[in-house]
Amino acid sequence: MSLDASDIEKIAHLARLAIAPESIERYAVDLSNILDLVARMDAIDTTGVTPMAHPLHMSQRLRADRVVDSDQRELFQSIAPLTEDGLYLVPKVID
Amino acid sequence: MQWETVIGLEIHTQLATRSKIFSGAATAFGAAPNSQACAIDLGLPGVLPVLNAEAVRLAVRFGKAIGASVAHRSVFARKNYFYPDLPKGYQISQYELPIVGEGQVQIVLADGTVKSIGVTRAHLEEDAGKSLHDDRLGGGGYSGIDLNRAGTPLLEIVSEPDMRSPQEAVAYARKIHQLVRWIGISDGNMQEGSFRIDANVSIRPHGQMRFGTRAEIKNINSFRFLERAIQFEVERQIEVLEGGGTLVQETRLYDAERDETRSMRSKEEAHDYRYFPDPDLLPLELDAAFIVDAVADLPELPDVKRERFHTQYDLGEYDASQLTASRELADYFETVARASGEPKLAANWINGELAAALNRAELEIGQSPVSAERLADLLKRILDGTLSGKLAKQVFEAMWSGAGDADQIIEEQGLRQITDSGALETMIAAIVAANPAQVEQYRAGKDKVFGFFVGQVMKESKGKANPQQVNAILKRMLAPSD
Amino acid sequence: MQNKSIAQLAADLRLRTYSSVELTRHYLERIARLDPRLNSFISVASDAALAAAERADRMIATGDAGPLAGIPIAHKDIFCTAGLKTSCGSRMLDNFIAPYDATVVERLSAAGAVILGKTNMDEFAMGSSNETSYYGPVKNPWDPTRVPGGSSGGSAAAVAARLCAAATGTDTGGSIRQPAALCGITGLKPTYGRCSRWGMIAFASSLDQAGILARSAADVACLLDEMAGFDPRDSTSADVPVPDYVDALDDDIAGLRIGLPKEYFGSGLDDRVARSVHAAIAELERLGASVREISLPNSMLAVPVYYVVAPAECSSNLARFDGVRYGHRCAHPQDLDDLYKRSRAEGFGAEVRRRIMIGTYVLSAGYYDAYYLKAQKIRHLIADDFARAFETVDVIMGPTAPTTAFALGAKLDDPVAMYLNDIYTIATNLAGLPGMSIPVEPVDGLPVGLQLIGNAFAEARLLNVAHRFQQVTHWHQGAPAGFE
Repeated sequence: MSLDASDIEKIAHLARLAIAPESIERYAVDLSNILDLVARMDAIDTTGVTPMAHPLHMSQRLRADRVVDSDQRELFQSIAPLTEDGLYLVPKVID
Repeated sequence: MQWETVIGLEIHTQLATRSKIFSGAATAFGAAPNSQACAIDLGLPGVLPVLNAEAVRLAVRFGKAIGASVAHRSVFARKNYFYPDLPKGYQISQYELPIVGEGQVQIVLADGTVKSIGVTRAHLEEDAGKSLHDDRLGGGGYSGIDLNRAGTPLLEIVSEPDMRSPQEAVAYARKIHQLVRWIGISDGNMQEGSFRIDANVSIRPHGQMRFGTRAEIKNINSFRFLERAIQFEVERQIEVLEGGGTLVQETRLYDAERDETRSMRSKEEAHDYRYFPDPDLLPLELDAAFIVDAVADLPELPDVKRERFHTQYDLGEYDASQLTASRELADYFETVARASGEPKLAANWINGELAAALNRAELEIGQSPVSAERLADLLKRILDGTLSGKLAKQVFEAMWSGAGDADQIIEEQGLRQITDSGALETMIAAIVAANPAQVEQYRAGKDKVFGFFVGQVMKESKGKANPQQVNAILKRMLAPSD
Repeated sequence: MQNKSIAQLAADLRLRTYSSVELTRHYLERIARLDPRLNSFISVASDAALAAAERADRMIATGDAGPLAGIPIAHKDIFCTAGLKTSCGSRMLDNFIAPYDATVVERLSAAGAVILGKTNMDEFAMGSSNETSYYGPVKNPWDPTRVPGGSSGGSAAAVAARLCAAATGTDTGGSIRQPAALCGITGLKPTYGRCSRWGMIAFASSLDQAGILARSAADVACLLDEMAGFDPRDSTSADVPVPDYVDALDDDIAGLRIGLPKEYFGSGLDDRVARSVHAAIAELERLGASVREISLPNSMLAVPVYYVVAPAECSSNLARFDGVRYGHRCAHPQDLDDLYKRSRAEGFGAEVRRRIMIGTYVLSAGYYDAYYLKAQKIRHLIADDFARAFETVDVIMGPTAPTTAFALGAKLDDPVAMYLNDIYTIATNLAGLPGMSIPVEPVDGLPVGLQLIGNAFAEARLLNVAHRFQQVTHWHQGAPAGFE
């Protein structure tokens, strides 16, 4: 499997990672090598095998509907890069 | 070209839980920004979701209420995309294995036709936060993010593309709105965003099987807007196609002020949500006991009740559907119907006089100043001849403004109908005698003059004369003497 | 003091041979003097540690002390610690002070443990050499030109160099066992779900598990007794009774059935490492264990499967680092996309970016079935291999890593070569099973690890076997020169 520059740009955009033009080639090589490693999976016929998403063979536990978290905005926003009036600020969102 | 409209709806209804779907933060509306966003809602590093049992219970109730299968095993998946109101960079939702499978609901159209609309599925998911746009923030150029709503439990109800007109779409949306409130899983408050509608709209030439290219109109928060948005969108699509253009599949926003839909450019970029099972949440497995328990106290469902009203009380489909718009209204009707013994009269009064009064005052049935018992008493006075229909309306108005019960008002305001034939004959004889010219005209064939005499009698009796008796006596007295 | 076992330290503290404050000072002094050679700590919390030690001393005096009262330990910098920086080895979190403690931290603190500081690690636990840390590489105490292994390389080096009595770690594909092997110490990755993941910064949620790096199986047992157990804040935490691990250490191992997967002794394994591993297994036979060859036919696919599953989960887990609510935010973002893209590109190092990209790719439209779904299916086959093996054996053994510690920089430019270092450890994470690494005879003065793999929730058995081995061998007692 080999990825080209446009694949790398598309993936980087989906992952929201800025990518310098001069590093695209290197990414293409590294990622293609990793995909070659991954391609070893093709040797196995998995027809009829159930996918296993999780190692625990248990069912999901539920919690009771209780409010246990109180307002900790001040604490949480003390580590925030930019806030105002209790809001997190980001460059203007255009709908 | 004859076009057929095809509509499917995706409805997000907020489930009535105290805490969020995956955290212990409160879901109350209107709190100060970010004061109800806990570490989990904020997606801080290292936090983990734990599913709220009540959200599951409410979803199960909905599934059973639409006759759908409730999945014994469902799976939560991550829907990955970046947006500032989505703190984790993914929304926890259900994708391949939703909790509620196929079901259906019935809608009743204005002409009384009953139509089944398929529900494809309903799944549990978390809501996102809110972006606020205020040019003062940060000195300009910023949006503010409030994550109080993030993590609020939603049930997304997806319909089949079964609706063929904006009116059907509205009837279906109202039906779901009625149902979620009926079974107590949501407050359905549209102003607060507890009930939001996305409409998938397409058109195709009549007779064509294949669906046309659809547009998705996002986040409609009123039934009126739903109807107008679809109406506009259908006209827009027809215009494009008849103008020789082609439609693109896109997301559009309804602008209520301009009454139009427009493309959401920022969302046009092809989405690739990269769904995969959420590794923080194991498969949700529900045993029979949980399901039985969740639906044990389900009330009689609206369709069942409507059908029962139709057969048991011999009401028309439309009347029956109106009276089952909410559980409170249906209960009100049944109380009046039973106490008065005259279901049809009860239905007429509730759908007529009472509905109009509630509407004028912008009140819900639960807030009606006239209780079901008092309305029934009023109807009894109609049935026993104490009141004419017209008098009854007067009494009703007095009851509405708090003047007491029917008998009190009748007594105090002397509104009892005059049914004493002797008294009526004396009164009418005097009127006939006093208007010889009109008598002449009537006898000469001018039937309309009859109304003049009825008017005079009513005026004289202050509206209290029994209309049927007045008619009979007048007819007799005005008949040409031989 | 630094060579004593945790049980001895606890006994000495109770007898007031020395106080926890003295013990803590001793370790802090060693860290200050010796760690510049290793770079095993990202943060040292001297004041908080001494305050905790004082509290422990008071509680020991009043008799209210927990089992680990006054024992100085270190936490991998992936565990959130309230008020103390939690960087996860990343520039992204260089300024991050968690508002809460991880459950593992909370439980060990409740047992009285003193936190000396936070240990260095591969960035977001992605690496096998501890060279991807924003805070620079960690050096192997046995040879500072070599890597300590990763991603819990800081914890492994700190324990090997006697800079703390024990340390926590996390293991997603070998991140406790491989550095334990390369640093000559004992490491345990418990069964998935045994220890809570709450407050542990996620790399790959279906694989991550908290564990322990210490000098002996007995020391590991002391910590696991406190760490293990159900946590209602973690949906994937197992509600399975926790045995007394210390109690089980001395059980007889006569009749123990050991399985040696032939796939773990094939090409790629250094001959001398193989010899050390075989010699250790022969020692266990002398203790009454029997050995048979088994097969884990799909185990060689563990690495390819892992490099689909782990990056897929990480690409999603790391999406929350967007410069909005905490962590690194780029200067003067032009618009929203710029904020995301630059904050993330600046905040994450090369290996993390690579894995996010791979994960994004394998989940994207059109590739999901060929990669993600295929990997999940083979994951099932790998788990089935283990299940079949445990029908006939009690413990599976083999090498932890194919070679001894390699030179710093040797594999840094070849991600695939680096990934193959975890060839023997990854399968257990995919199956969720517990695994251990214990030191056996070194090769050319460099440590070698024997890996023990148990059935689900069989940690007590693994610790028991390791302890019996350590009672008759001395490999675990060796200290690197200059750190004795």
